[in-house]
Amino acid sequence: MTERVSDTNRRHVLAGLGALAVPFVDFGTQAFAQTRARIVIVGGGFGGATAARSLRRLLPNADITLVEPNPTYTACPFSNLVVGGTRDISAQAFTYAPLVQTGITIIHDRAIEIDASRKEITLGGGASLTYDRLILSPGIDFRWGAIEGYDQSAAKRAPHAWKAGDQTVLLRDQLAAMEDGGLVVMSVPAPPFRCPPGPYERASLIANYLKTRKPRSKLLILDHQDRFSKMPLFKEAWAENYPDHLEWRGASDDGRVSRFDAASLTLSTDFDDIRADVANVIPPQKAGEIADRAGVADATGWCPINATSFESTLQNDIHVIGDATIAAPMPKSAFSANLQAKICAIAVARLVSDMAPEPTILANTCYSFVTPDQAVSISGVYSNALGQFSSIEGAGGLTPVGAMSNVRSAEAAQAEAWFAAITGEAFG
Amino acid sequence: MASIRLSVPATAKRGDVIELKALIQHPMESGYRRGSRGEAIPRNIITRFECRYDGETVFAADFHPGIAADPFLTFHTRATRSGPVLFRWTDQHGESWQETAMLTVT
Repeated sequence: MTERVSDTNRRHVLAGLGALAVPFVDFGTQAFAQTRARIVIVGGGFGGATAARSLRRLLPNADITLVEPNPTYTACPFSNLVVGGTRDISAQAFTYAPLVQTGITIIHDRAIEIDASRKEITLGGGASLTYDRLILSPGIDFRWGAIEGYDQSAAKRAPHAWKAGDQTVLLRDQLAAMEDGGLVVMSVPAPPFRCPPGPYERASLIANYLKTRKPRSKLLILDHQDRFSKMPLFKEAWAENYPDHLEWRGASDDGRVSRFDAASLTLSTDFDDIRADVANVIPPQKAGEIADRAGVADATGWCPINATSFESTLQNDIHVIGDATIAAPMPKSAFSANLQAKICAIAVARLVSDMAPEPTILANTCYSFVTPDQAVSISGVYSNALGQFSSIEGAGGLTPVGAMSNVRSAEAAQAEAWFAAITGEAFG
Repeated sequence: MASIRLSVPATAKRGDVIELKALIQHPMESGYRRGSRGEAIPRNIITRFECRYDGETVFAADFHPGIAADPFLTFHTRATRSGPVLFRWTDQHGESWQETAMLTVT
């Protein structure tokens, strides 16, 4: 019992650390007031929207432009509840109107080319933009074909649902249309990928849907990993809640899907061909396409950065934040992207005001629902000193294994509060 | 108990070259690693693999500490007659695991 209490306390301390970044944002405003720098942000997710708003506050006289093709943003966190049928997709949608009201220019177009030497962005509509500093928050794209046969057209048959929106709804509707007694198969890629605990949260909520609505059906998870985020907590929740509705097969137990046949919904591993009634293939990933065009992604497909300034180590004056970065041990999460955006905004404000960026402390918490009203979490605390990310040993922690259900209910309530806070911060 | 997975075609034409695949879950602990408190982790490896097709050894391998965890082997043989294809792994202590698949030759 004492352990549980101390773990919960630890998380409150963490939440406090995360909040520290906000006062920082207002701290240097006066010193930054002179600059009329032109700053462009590409990508309007949790990273990009937060960066734009932070810079607006920091640099009242600068020209802040956000380039984002979609008029509304559909948030990934909590979208697994939509898949599981207990949350409406409309609760995931956010507009950019509050950003426009604060004087951020929003261009609803797609950046298709970036010339780092000329500091110029070409948009899909043909127009071009120049910048003094560019912040890229491009999120992820998929490595189509890395699983043989899984391409963009196959994704219409077997949704990945790893970018929220139509794909989320498609997976939900396929589950709803499936007859009782069906087999749902999920394929999990090798890391790194967006939201490390996400597949297992989704598995929990799909299993919950099957158990309550289609009890003769089952979910099989085929995994490229043998160990995963919050594994003991998920395994505990699965044994308790879904012993007959969820089976997990790890990499060493022939869990790696290498081939997919869209016509028959068959997933092939080294030893098996498994025919699914609903297939959710989460493909291997890389930084959003524009990172490649800008020359900020390396051979891994992800973007190396200086952790203190978030500036690309491959191109000058381009900063990268969020899922696209190589920021391990920080995970690819909305929480990370939001905090990285704030730190990056301060670094950019300092750089355009002829000051050097300063290191600070970052944190992350990932909540995962294991039932529609119970959640577990993992927290980490990180330093970005000397241009490198590192974990601060002894800080952070997990929901204890063997916790009473009221602990997990409290975690679910905290998750709700976190979602309200982070979407409020990013989108107003 | 280690999980074993085999891939053996159910049927083959006489004279065909067939592909056989076998995977066993095993840590293949090399004996060279140390734990988080600096203690030596003792060696624990499979040392021998054998595949017998209708009683005849068609493939065998000696494993050493350099073989990775969960060893996965793919090899080929010629289908000659119907019979059991037996796969057996034996560890350094003499403990063994085996599984058999039936092959029908037409």
